[in-house]
Parts: sequence; C-alpha cells; structure tokens
Amino acid sequence: MCLPLILVIVGLIVYPAFYSIHLSMLNKAQTRFIGLGNFRFLLSRDTFWMVVEQSAIFALSAVFFKAIIGLITAHLINNLPTKGQRKWRGMLLVPWVIPLALSSLAWWWLFDPTLSAFNWVLTGLGLRAIPWLSDPYWARFSVILVNVWYGAPFFLIMYLAALKSVPEQLYEAAAIDGANAWQRFVHITLPMMRNIIAITVLFSLIVTFANFDIVQILTGGGPRNMTHVFATYAFLLGIRSGDLPLGAATSLFMFPILAIAAIFILRGVRKRGREIG
Amino acid sequence: MASSRLSRRSVLKTAVLGSAAAITSPYVSGVHAAGSLSLGVWDHWVPGANKALVKLCNEFGEKNKVDVHIDFITSQGEKDKLTAAAEAQAGTGHDIMSHRDWNIRIHQEQLEPLDDVVGGLIKKYGPISPVAEYLAKIKGTWRGVPTTVGSQVKPCCSRIDLYQQHAGIDVREMFPPDEAKWDKAKVDGWTWEAYVAAAQKLYKAGYPVGLPLGQSSDAVDWVGGLFNAYGVVMVDAKDNIRINSDETRQAMEIARKLVEVMPPDVFAWDDAGNNRWLISGKGSGIMNPPSAWAVAKRDNPKVAENCWTHPVPKGPKGRFVGQLPMFYGIWKFSKNKTAAKELLTYISQKEAVAQLVEASVGYDLPSFKTMYDLPTWKNVEPPPGTVYNYPPRGDEQTSITGAPARSEVGAQIYNQAINTVMISKFTQGKEKLDEVIKWAEKELEGTLRA
Repeated sequence: MCLPLILVIVGLIVYPAFYSIHLSMLNKAQTRFIGLGNFRFLLSRDTFWMVVEQSAIFALSAVFFKAIIGLITAHLINNLPTKGQRKWRGMLLVPWVIPLALSSLAWWWLFDPTLSAFNWVLTGLGLRAIPWLSDPYWARFSVILVNVWYGAPFFLIMYLAALKSVPEQLYEAAAIDGANAWQRFVHITLPMMRNIIAITVLFSLIVTFANFDIVQILTGGGPRNMTHVFATYAFLLGIRSGDLPLGAATSLFMFPILAIAAIFILRGVRKRGREIG
Repeated sequence: MASSRLSRRSVLKTAVLGSAAAITSPYVSGVHAAGSLSLGVWDHWVPGANKALVKLCNEFGEKNKVDVHIDFITSQGEKDKLTAAAEAQAGTGHDIMSHRDWNIRIHQEQLEPLDDVVGGLIKKYGPISPVAEYLAKIKGTWRGVPTTVGSQVKPCCSRIDLYQQHAGIDVREMFPPDEAKWDKAKVDGWTWEAYVAAAQKLYKAGYPVGLPLGQSSDAVDWVGGLFNAYGVVMVDAKDNIRINSDETRQAMEIARKLVEVMPPDVFAWDDAGNNRWLISGKGSGIMNPPSAWAVAKRDNPKVAENCWTHPVPKGPKGRFVGQLPMFYGIWKFSKNKTAAKELLTYISQKEAVAQLVEASVGYDLPSFKTMYDLPTWKNVEPPPGTVYNYPPRGDEQTSITGAPARSEVGAQIYNQAINTVMISKFTQGKEKLDEVIKWAEKELEGTLRA
C-alpha cells in the first residue's frame, strides 16, 4: 500500500536531494570527486559572504513585514461582520494566487529604470524620481517590497484561521475581568496563535530564503551583485557560468541554515503542544 | 587472378593514414543521410526569422529523406541554457542544440567533434571569426559550428540628427555605406576621447548616450570593447592576473567620464534597456545590434529614420567591438550524427546564410568575413545604408570579455560581469580606483579555480 508513496518520495525528494549533494562534491567538469572543495572555495569568497548577508536581510526583513501585515489585516478582516468577510479575503488573496513570475514582471514595469510608472507619478507631483532598481539600496528595498506584497496574504489566511479557532468564551471572560483590547490581544490572542505563527514563519522563511523569481526578474542580482540571494547566485554560477557543482554547493548552503531554524521552531511548537495537552 | 598480400605493417599504415585523412579532411556529404533529426534552436526575436531556418531545414529534409523536427527555445530567462544543461545531464534530447556564447565550452565533453564540418567551411569561406574560434575550438577541436542565426556584434547605433546638431559630428559622412569612401583621417579621429567629448555635448543638449552598466551581455560587451581598446588584460592565457595596470586606469577614467554624462539608470538596464532608451527618443546613441533600430522602425519610425550603425571608437590598442557568436552543437548521444553534420553544412553555405540574414533584417551575422558582402546590409532602410556598417569593417576587430584567458576562466569573468561591476563600484559606489582593482584581483583569483 505504501509503495506508491515510497516511490514518489524516493523519486521526487530523496534522489534529487542526494544527487544535488553528490553534484556539489564534484569538480567543475563533473569528472572528479573533490569532497567539500566547492564549499571551502565559496567560504573564501567575499562575494559569497555578501550573498549570505543579503539572503539573510532579504528573508528576515521580508518575513517580519509579512508577519506584521498579515497579523494586522487578519485582525481587520476578523472584526468585520461574517457576511462581508469573504470578498475581502478574496481580494487580499489576489497577490498570492497570481503566478509570481507574472506579478514580478508587472512590478518591474512599475519600477522600470527608464519608464517607471511610479516615477511618472512622483515627478508629476513635483517630487524627485526614485532609482528603484539602479541604486543598490533602493533595489534591495524594491525586491523586499515585492516579496512582502506577494507573501503577506499567506500569513493573512493562516492567521485568520488561527483567530477563528480562538474560543469566544476566553474573550468574554477577559472582558468581564476588565481587560482592554491590547491586553486581550497580548494575553489571549497571541498565546493561542503562537504555534500557527511559528509554523507560518518557518514555512515562509523556507520559501523566502529559496526565492528566485523576484530578484531574477527585477534586478538579476545587480547592481554590483548587491541584491543576489542564494538561488540567483546559484543560478549565475551553475547555469550561466556553467559550474553546476559550485551552483549546487551554493544552493545547499541554505539547507543547514533552514534546518537549524526548523529544529528550533518545531521544538517550540512541540513543547507548546505538550503544555496544552 | 591478381592478389595482394596484406602485411600487419601495411594494414597499420593504411589505418593511420585513413584516420589522419578522416580527421583533417573537410566533411563530405553522403548522398542520403536519412532517418530523423531533432533540433533545439534559439527562438529568434525578429518576427519571421524562424521561418527562414524552417524553410532551409525542410529543403534539406526533402532532399535527403530526413524527417527534421525543430523546437524553438527562447533565451528569455535562460531557458535555452537550462534545456541544454538538462539534456547534457540526462544524456538524451535533441540531436542538434544551439548554444549561446560560452555554452560550447560548458558542454564540451558531451559534444561531438565537428572539425570536419567547420574545417570544410573554413576551406571554402576563409578565416573564421577569432571570437568564434576562441569559444568553440577547445583543445584544438571544434565542438560547435558557428551559426548565422543569433550571432551578433555590438557597434554604435547613433542618432544622425542629434550627433550632427549637438556634437557637430556627421556619422553618415564619417562612415558612409561604402568602405572605399571612408575618410581615413575622420575614421582615425573616432576615438574613445572623441566619443566622450561628443557624449558630453549630447548630455548638455538633453540627449545623453546610453550604455548599460548592469550585469547582462550588452553591458559586458561594450565595456569589453573599451578595455581591449586600451589594452586591458584581466587574466592572460597563462593564468596571470594582469588587471592592476596603467591600461586599466586609463580605461576606467574614460568610463568615469562617460558615466557622468549618461542617465543614472544605466546600472539597472538589462539587454533591452539601451534599446528602450534609443527608441524613446531621449537617447542619442547606444551600442547594439540593429535590433533597437528594427523595433524603432515599428514603434517610433522618426527615430529609426535617424539611426546610423557604425564602428565603435578606437583606443591606443585598436578598435574593438564586442561579439557574441552562437553555435550549433551535436550531442554525443545523437542517434543520427551523419544527418546532423550534413544539415549543419547545408545551412552554413553562403546561399543559405543569405536567406537567414535577409529574414533577420541584417541582425544575424555570419562568422566569415567573406560573407559580409551580402546585399541585405546595403539594402535595408530607412535610411538607406543604415546597417551597412553593422558587420565589422575597416580596422574594427571583434572581441569578447574574458579572452585571452583560458575559456573556462573567461566564462567566469564574462558571466560574473567583473568589468562592469568594477565601473559601477568606481563610479556609482564612489570606491577608490585602487580598492576597485584590488577587489577585481580577488574576484579574478576566484575565476582561476576553473
């Protein structure tokens, strides 16, 4: 009975994972086993460390803002009458359901260095045009902004589900005890949502760390390599420069970082689960 | 009955002579290749250009009883490179695959030697582009046949009216559509210093030139031409890092002056950025194949009527234009190598090349100088003769960033856009030149790992 499942797991997860590990330990021509040579090489490169730093800035700041925006909008929707909630939920989910490559292209048109729609509005209002993609720091801001726009609805929907599962009696009891809205949020809502928040953050962290489309379409890693993240840098090394093993090694660097994050977050989730149980 | 005795020595001698002849002689077509052939080919951006290739392949198929199937694969998002990488890893796929820039080197181990095909073409059409040779002749063996389709150089494309009005330069008079009429003094005076001086005037007039400084090929190619014109060698053929030189400092100074008079967005431009700049009417000049002019012809005809393609400026070491050839390779796992070689030979003949160049409105550039007399470049308009100077003529030489380093090293230098990042750091990043050169040395040291 489990055979089809085992075949799927082996074929689509175990084999590709081990193959990429194997690939990362080969020389450039893929003719010789070089152990951890590719990893050692990467660790000795300044540009790679810049990519590590940028990936961390990109993922952590994007996840932080997605979580905040998701939490606020989930509350706003939860406070609406049940009848009107569906259309708001539907509208706010739109960024998440549009294919990312397509929406990134639309954003690129808005940021376009020569014909930016945003800059057209800004200059029309008498303000200065913003170098959205040509200045490295604005470019970093832009890629994070698009990621937040795309990913916030995921947080929204998860948080909304969590909010709906908080028993109403807890809020009633708190109200009788004289708790204000902030106290109800801090002492009831947040503790009840902690597991969902943790799991959502973990999922989003994994997806954001591995993000490729947004950076590739908006900046291609530039200017001055200052927006590269692991996936785009791995693509540059592996596909564009033809060094597949080095590209594989670059992308595998994400694995220990995410594994450690996953261990801590899931341990917290289990611990809280046991406490509740 | 006459009989001949075969000794071991004579058999060996015959075998050796036969092998040598097979290796060195040009490819001789069989009568009927037969079977089927599949091609994974770069999807041309010029509307209708793919049809010329389809027509040629169908003609070949009918003549030789070969069932030819073509898949056009876009280079958007590097899909063609991804497909090639996947086929190389899987050991299965098309028989013939088109490979851009450095991909022949990348897949050299999986590609069939094509000395017979290319050797035959060289014998017939004379010397081949040195850039094509650098990219596809690996360890003395041709692993790819330079294609006409998609191969390009990136000369100047300037606005006739704006240059004349604001910089006092008549680009048409300097480079008329007949090499014999070129005035040597004027041509020699078209230097990088003259280019900067013109760019400064055009900037003041509100029509800056626009040369990209991102990390895509248009940017890497023009900077490569500038560096070569000043004799900058990043890494030599013996793996010596030579970026710390007076030549580098001179070239960087020219780049600095240029950046001051170009739109600040050049650092974010992709390969279409300069095209858009010219087509918008805001720009007075770019360095690009005639694609920008061709799109302007459709979208902004007034701009197109004033475009003139002509050689790039020269520097102390010569006049170098960036070239990006494309190649066809036959996978070693192909089941019909004979037919594949015959097809490649067929579509590389001058008569076939003429059709391909015509269909691409002059964008596609063969790797043989003897084919630069095709009528398309003379006939295309408006204005008449606008792309006559697209094929490198006069003292213009082709070059590619990364050369003369080993091609494995060159590929890293090119794809990591080390030269454009140097300029961005120096100008936009306001880093000291010595610091930038030190950074480049470290990056180049990393490329030597290859």
